[in-house]
Amino acid sequence: MAILEIEGLTKTYRVGFFNRPYSALNGVDLKIEPNEIFGYLGPNGSGKTTTIKSILGLIRPDGGKIRMFDQPFSGVESKRNIGYLPENPYFYTYLTALEVLDFYAQLFEIRKVDREKRINNLLELVGLSEARHQVLRNFSKGMLQRIGIAQALINDPKLVILDEPMSGLDPIGRKEMRDIILDLKDQGKTVFFSSHILSDVEMICDRVGIVFKGKVISVGKLEEMLSSTVKAVEITVKRLSHAGYDELQKSDEKMIHSGENTLIILRSEDDIDRVTTILTKHTTKIVSIIPHKTSLEDLFVQQLEKVLKNEN
Amino acid sequence: MKIRAIAINTFREAARDKILYTLLIFGLLLIVASEVVSPLTLGQQERVMKDIGLASISIFCVLIILLVGAGLLYKELDKRTIYTILSKPVHRYQFILGKYFGLLTTLLVIVAVMTVTLYAHLWLMGQNPTAGLLIAICFIYIKLAVVTSVAIMFSGFSSPALSATFTFIIYFIGHLSADIKNLTQHLDSQFVHFLTNALYYLVPNLDYFDLKSQAVHQIPIDSSFYFLSTIYAITYIFAMLLIAIMVFERRDLK
Repeated sequence: MAILEIEGLTKTYRVGFFNRPYSALNGVDLKIEPNEIFGYLGPNGSGKTTTIKSILGLIRPDGGKIRMFDQPFSGVESKRNIGYLPENPYFYTYLTALEVLDFYAQLFEIRKVDREKRINNLLELVGLSEARHQVLRNFSKGMLQRIGIAQALINDPKLVILDEPMSGLDPIGRKEMRDIILDLKDQGKTVFFSSHILSDVEMICDRVGIVFKGKVISVGKLEEMLSSTVKAVEITVKRLSHAGYDELQKSDEKMIHSGENTLIILRSEDDIDRVTTILTKHTTKIVSIIPHKTSLEDLFVQQLEKVLKNEN
Repeated sequence: MKIRAIAINTFREAARDKILYTLLIFGLLLIVASEVVSPLTLGQQERVMKDIGLASISIFCVLIILLVGAGLLYKELDKRTIYTILSKPVHRYQFILGKYFGLLTTLLVIVAVMTVTLYAHLWLMGQNPTAGLLIAICFIYIKLAVVTSVAIMFSGFSSPALSATFTFIIYFIGHLSADIKNLTQHLDSQFVHFLTNALYYLVPNLDYFDLKSQAVHQIPIDSSFYFLSTIYAITYIFAMLLIAIMVFERRDLK
């Protein structure tokens, strides 16, 4: 059973004075499995937020299907099991942390006794217990993001949707947010989050989808997507003999000498066996073999370039 | 529960807004200040005090509707607070109704405070406020409920300044629509007739809720008038909220 399934989602906005059509989504297809952390990546304006708002019924898509928890999206009923943190969330600044969470809990019709317990636990989780009686007007950006997470979890949702949760946070705030997301996965929840901070995505996501110009151009398990594209392999050896050096040079390998160590840089994983055979033949000591995988950033740029090239 | 939660939150928002207190203080001052003017009207002191009291309740509450109510929906969209509400299991109509009843609760509290002040002031001045005065205040509140529904309707698709302007125009014409219709009966232009008829039927006839003269001069009113005026108000409010909901239902929250 997929937690969320999107098929051929399209949305066109009318922009400007002359109501020019602007295609925000051009047939988005996605499938989010239970208990995974799914990173939804894309440059600004690629359709991340529009996809999320369509999932939540804030925007009415022009076409396509959305299934949630194995049921067709039914508006209000489907939202009972969703938690949502918008990008740069704004809350009622005249309310205290306690009041704002109590308000959101009432929207889920949670009973008063359960509300109090749940709110206390959430304030504890996001580290705002001390600030419970403070009005949100006096909260820092990081504190607002934390209250945002708390309100997204008020209904103990199965699916948590976070729109750019790391944006604007300092390194400590980002680390805390990553920990909270990992903790949600441990609790059995599914997390769908959009981001353009690739290092964060790389650290915590099980799968990623790359969206560009309103279309998902690549989707898969992070380790598969990245391991399939090894950029280079570095072999460090000690006391490389002249004969070995000559043989490697004949096969045009790139080498850098430093003292008695030599760094051999291979362009492909396929060359490892051939080069290690040469090294063993010349009784050279191999210190390390390190494959350098493509980073998510490299992959991201490659995918976007591919789309742009095809368009041209 | 959801409508109530949104209504309480709207009430809290207004109650924590300094503008509300400033207006309330001015309103209360005007009620008390009627004492200064009333000695100038020999033998008419009670009438003037009641007149000014009722007028200040009406004017200051309409000002609150224009300043707070006209931006009610727009502010939620502009400040993006609406996303965290409508992403939860809340229907859009529940949101509109919550906002509407929240503002009505705010107005109820203000009308109550001003009424108590007016009654206390009349008693202190040795006057005897009648039940008719309270009925007149109840109908001012019904009128405010109608004007609030107009403000909410405009607030769904225009900026606070525009909504306030449109609502004020409706309020102004609402007090004159019957007069305009009567005046233009003597003109030949079909277009003017069409226009005044349209105004007469589209704009709420707020004179139906104006019982000031009856309260001040203690003129008895037929109970059917109360009933019909209330039915008229409920129908008009229903229509305004229905338009607001229909517009809001179709809106994309970009």
